[in-house]
Amino acid sequence: MILAQTRTYTTGSGPGPGPSSSSVLEYLAPCPDQVLENVLENVLWFLTSRKDRNAASLVCRSWYRVEALTRSDLFIGNCYAVSPKRATSRFTRIRSVTLKGRPRFADFNLMPPNWGAHLAPWVSAMALTYPWLEKVHLKRMSVTDDDLALLAESFSGFKELVLVCCDGFGTSGLAIVASRCRQLKVLDLIESEVSDDDVDWISYFPDTGTCLESLIFDCVECPIDFDALERLVANSPSLKKLRLNRHVSMGQLHRLMVQAPRLTHLGTGSFSPSEDVAQGEQGPDYVSAFAACKSIVCLSGFREIIPDYLPAINPVCANLTSLNFSYANVSAEHLKPIISNCHKLQIFWVLDSICDEGLQAVAATCKELRELRVFPFEAREDIEGPVSEVGLQAVSEGCRKLESILYFCQRMTNAAVVAMSKNCPDLVVFRLCIMGRHRPDHVTGEPMDEGFGAIVMNCKKLTRLAVSGLLTDRAFAYIGKYGKIVRTLSVAFAGDSDMGLKYVLEGCPRLQKLEIRDSPFGDAALLSGLHHYYNMRFLWMSACNLSNQGCQQIAQALPRLVVEVIKHEDNLDMDENVDTLYMYRSLEGPRDDVPRFVSIL
Amino acid sequence: MEFDRDLNLEATELRLGLPGTVTEQSEKQKPNSNATKSNKRSLPDMNGESEVRRENSSASSNDKKSHGQETAPPIKTQVVGWPPIRSYRKNSLQAKKLEAEAAGLFVKVSMDGAPYLRKIDLKVYKGYPELLEVLEEMFKFKVGEYSEREGYNGSEHVPTYEDKDGDWMLVGDVPWEMFINSCKRLRIMKESEARGLGCAV
Repeated sequence: MILAQTRTYTTGSGPGPGPSSSSVLEYLAPCPDQVLENVLENVLWFLTSRKDRNAASLVCRSWYRVEALTRSDLFIGNCYAVSPKRATSRFTRIRSVTLKGRPRFADFNLMPPNWGAHLAPWVSAMALTYPWLEKVHLKRMSVTDDDLALLAESFSGFKELVLVCCDGFGTSGLAIVASRCRQLKVLDLIESEVSDDDVDWISYFPDTGTCLESLIFDCVECPIDFDALERLVANSPSLKKLRLNRHVSMGQLHRLMVQAPRLTHLGTGSFSPSEDVAQGEQGPDYVSAFAACKSIVCLSGFREIIPDYLPAINPVCANLTSLNFSYANVSAEHLKPIISNCHKLQIFWVLDSICDEGLQAVAATCKELRELRVFPFEAREDIEGPVSEVGLQAVSEGCRKLESILYFCQRMTNAAVVAMSKNCPDLVVFRLCIMGRHRPDHVTGEPMDEGFGAIVMNCKKLTRLAVSGLLTDRAFAYIGKYGKIVRTLSVAFAGDSDMGLKYVLEGCPRLQKLEIRDSPFGDAALLSGLHHYYNMRFLWMSACNLSNQGCQQIAQALPRLVVEVIKHEDNLDMDENVDTLYMYRSLEGPRDDVPRFVSIL
Repeated sequence: MEFDRDLNLEATELRLGLPGTVTEQSEKQKPNSNATKSNKRSLPDMNGESEVRRENSSASSNDKKSHGQETAPPIKTQVVGWPPIRSYRKNSLQAKKLEAEAAGLFVKVSMDGAPYLRKIDLKVYKGYPELLEVLEEMFKFKVGEYSEREGYNGSEHVPTYEDKDGDWMLVGDVPWEMFINSCKRLRIMKESEARGLGCAV
């Protein structure tokens, strides 16, 4: 009723009926926005995509307000782009926070430690403003035990903690979370560094029972008390995901599997028996244990695998959608009987120890494969290498639905890369790492320009690209010309001149994250991106040809950009040369926790 | 030739153009001055990292000069953060490699009837006589005379091993080097079981 009248009068532009209109307007005048806000509030609850929400918030002030009130998931792609205070003032009803800190190249020791990305100011601010906070997801942040303690104490309904590539905390912090967060459903520690404080954190979970649905601790290097773990699993009837660390032996794994046959995701720990199994004893029936776990769709672990035991997983292979062998030194011979049953496999991570032959086996069976990652067992540049263009070609021919690939190899050809570009049109992520720097196509001797060019040309959905091998400016010309929706680009030891970077900065309007190392791009190239840097999350350039002057120019031209020059600790003099440039848009200006090896221009 | 001299003397200079083009030097002052600064930096400080950066610049400048020619990557030292593998993954796999390489060739030894197994390091022994002597001592038994045709004659126990293919073989048939590279584990069988070896183990 009122709504209908509101609509008529607000959408109409012509003169409305006289007295009645003014009376309606009078009626609504005190709070026209309130009704609108109520409508919006009801509608916007359903809006989950943050892109849509960001767009909605720009319509007008009332939409901005209502959107802020109805947003429950806060995503901060760069923890320094906005301050905790600003974020918590605008969004007051947040239930879930995702924070990302360090840039990705920091993972490869290209940044000195203690650069920043501290959780502390965030958790302090959230403790005051988000009493109903339920979920915290962190990536590449520095988290201390105190932060974890504050988190555990401040949020009584806390449900989910996910720490990816984080560091700074230890088992004592985990113990506090385990004991205090009574509603905890998810505790996922993924590739994080956890210090051993000699605390048996597993035993801190309540004895009376937990609501745990997911417990992932395969990256925790400290031994755990197995009895405590067994009790925990027995007391956690909702547990679906369990990824053990390498200190759990096969025998122990067996006992846990018997306790939790409803698991869907299992990380198998070491997958080898503990030392000196008594002779004559058959050993537990692993095959039956796996057969009993009818719900397993995701397997990982195999940290110290004895290949003899691999056939035990056969009962679950037919249902597997995700298999992670990337810590298992498995040969093609061991892989083939297993993989030939994995018809539903969509995600496969593996070591190059399976060789091209193993990849051919994957291609022959895994027709549903969406994501493949092939990691090197020996990450060196000067060896022959067990996987090559042969494996890549085979995968491209067998796995037509491939969307994401990460492939480490020693030698590659343009032909194979071109073949993949044509066979796998759904590719969204293409990351090829030819480990020998500046390696050309090993058959033709040509640069790898044409291969990567074909990828950007033919894969219309491509948003993430990592290049390697011998590359000239031509490769970048292709990327600039065809990579119109590329958001993330990683470049190392590539290009001839400033033109390379210019092509990319001028040609890729959707570019968000650009990380470059050891490439001959200088100030002129840097300056050519001025029109675009506010649209990017960050730019990283290390060991390129940048000077302080050039970076200073950028800083002056773009005041909302934080331009960090990171010096390596052995060379803190201010000279002309810029070791590492890391710049990002920010509403806050220079951060106040800058270590001495960083200067902000 | 001049080319070679360039490569030797100015290997650490970072250049954007081809070598020997003097005109480019005047245009591109900045990059060259960067290069000389990086020279200075690497000389007194023998820190691995700065050497590595010199490494990077020499690698890239060398390749620019040799672009199009078939040259192998110039120097094969380790570069920081390359290949891009996270240290967690590197360390996990490194541990395995080191275990395999440095720690010797440990294989399990079982004997029929004995309650538990032993482990020995095959790399420590120089040949079969030594190995057999140690096994005899360890498990308190005696092997008979070895002959190629008849195996171990006149003993209650026979030393066998499982090879890479999963087959059970008689210890002593293949050359020692081949043996230690293919032996996965040892088993001291009772003579009664050893008859018909290869058929029903």
